[in-house]
Amino acid sequence: MVEAKALVKRFGDFEAVRGIDVHVRRGEAFGFLGPNGAGKSSTMRMIASVSPRTDGELTVLGLDPDREGPRIRARLGVVPQQDNLDSELTVRQNLQVYGRYFGLSRSHVRRRAAELMEFAQLTERADDEVEPLSGGMKRRLTIARSLVNDPELLLLDEPTTGLDPQARHLVWDRLFRLKSQGVTLIVTTHYMDEAEQLCDRLVVMDGGRIAAEGSPTELIRRFATREVLELRFAPGEQEPVVGLVDDLADRVEVLPDRILLYTGSGEAALERAHARGVRPVSSLVRRSTLEDVFLRLTGRSLVE
Amino acid sequence: MTTTDPRRPGGVLLRILPPGLYSGRAGAIIERSVLSYSRGWLVFVSGVMEPLFYLLAFQIGFGALVGDVTGPGGRPLDYVAFVAPALLVASAMNGAVFDSTFGVFFKFRYAKTYDAMLATPVGPLDIAAGEIGWAVLRGGLYAVAFFGVMSVMGMVDSPWAMLLVPVALLVAFAFAAIGMACATFLRSPSQFEFVQLAVVPMFLFSTTFFPLSVYPVPLQVVVQCLPLYHGVELARGLSVGVPDLTMLGHAAYLFALAALGVVATARRLAGLLLR
Repeated sequence: MVEAKALVKRFGDFEAVRGIDVHVRRGEAFGFLGPNGAGKSSTMRMIASVSPRTDGELTVLGLDPDREGPRIRARLGVVPQQDNLDSELTVRQNLQVYGRYFGLSRSHVRRRAAELMEFAQLTERADDEVEPLSGGMKRRLTIARSLVNDPELLLLDEPTTGLDPQARHLVWDRLFRLKSQGVTLIVTTHYMDEAEQLCDRLVVMDGGRIAAEGSPTELIRRFATREVLELRFAPGEQEPVVGLVDDLADRVEVLPDRILLYTGSGEAALERAHARGVRPVSSLVRRSTLEDVFLRLTGRSLVE
Repeated sequence: MTTTDPRRPGGVLLRILPPGLYSGRAGAIIERSVLSYSRGWLVFVSGVMEPLFYLLAFQIGFGALVGDVTGPGGRPLDYVAFVAPALLVASAMNGAVFDSTFGVFFKFRYAKTYDAMLATPVGPLDIAAGEIGWAVLRGGLYAVAFFGVMSVMGMVDSPWAMLLVPVALLVAFAFAAIGMACATFLRSPSQFEFVQLAVVPMFLFSTTFFPLSVYPVPLQVVVQCLPLYHGVELARGLSVGVPDLTMLGHAAYLFALAALGVVATARRLAGLLLR
């Protein structure tokens, strides 16, 4: 569905995307993970054919976005990072008018709008204005709007950022349904649980480059251990302990209030730590998550 | 669109407006405006009433004070009949400028309406044509209402005056196109003062209320450069039924302005939103 080779996007002197290779297959859910400024949104805009590439190769649905932008966009659905619903129109009109931009007939968009409002659980708000809707409802409407042309490929830029847990789960549920109907999804997110929930395959981006690629479980296997032992201490008291435990794990990370031990078996490591006289305030054994992978690959310092 | 090959056949036009900027969906943009305004119909009432108030004021007030003036072709003319066609095109200008600057600015900078449109096959030229087309339609509606009032007040006595409405449409087209192009340069709402600063003197000095001969020669040249002047001259000449060849020049000026505005708008939108 999407094929990128050495894809580059520059804005003046700033290089937002620095030569990435991406291959998205039909029917899969593909994720772009990365901190803010990693180049995810720039990549998404190039795929959405609203941002010409600076260099490299890109085909979307087998077509070149630079030359066939409108033809590609006719078969895409786009959910932008920020809702850009039409505040001068009602919920229903938002869907119908958007369908008209795709050149669909009036009777078709009328039918399709009714279906989509059902899908997004917005039927009761059909003739309300958009502005008073809650954040979750607006997001659902934006997703519904992106489906008005029955897209083959759906691009979602941070689909659940800013939503409460109920609203997020509802959005995920709708995305699962679309995936099961065969729609290819490309998602950007910086929520690891979202990536683990939604994506079959993903790339971790950092500083405009791809840092890693694979399925969530593959990435965890490759870049983290099976389990993580977290030893919590009063702030500052963890430092003297590091020397006692650093041989108990494949990798040790020291944070202000705790030590993280990346190991195959958290319980075994904890027992040995206890045996050496280590007495943390509390301890926790958990499975490694994509978040551990993410932080390892992109670092803990704040990226602005 | 950055990779437009200058050697590609199609030449100049393709380079000014590369393919992909247009997909023939301007009509859908106009539909959107119709839906949006169908709930804000009050705008139309005010737009139709305003020129009516002007005409009444001139009929009752100034008309009595000023008496006759010399109209096109040297004919003596009632002052109201002198001012009315000018007010008609001025109201077309005002309506068009308002729509294509305030409305466009809001959608462009804040509501991100155009970003949403560009995620569909719609291109920047569709947006420019659709929004400008809507402003022209709206201006046309005002012009028809104004023309109706003029005929009721007995100011339409030449068959040529029927062309006043198309002239108003042309004026609306030119100002909507230029207005929209300018709106893409505005950064904050306070900069709308610049729009006012351009429109108000144009309204007052484009021979709307007094003939060109009032000005000293150097100023006459300046006034003749103003786009509204050409609209006023066209409308006034047709209103009294004295057509002449210079009218083609006036019309050509306005057409050129409109074309320039459409191209500039499409290119600005493409440059700012498709980056």
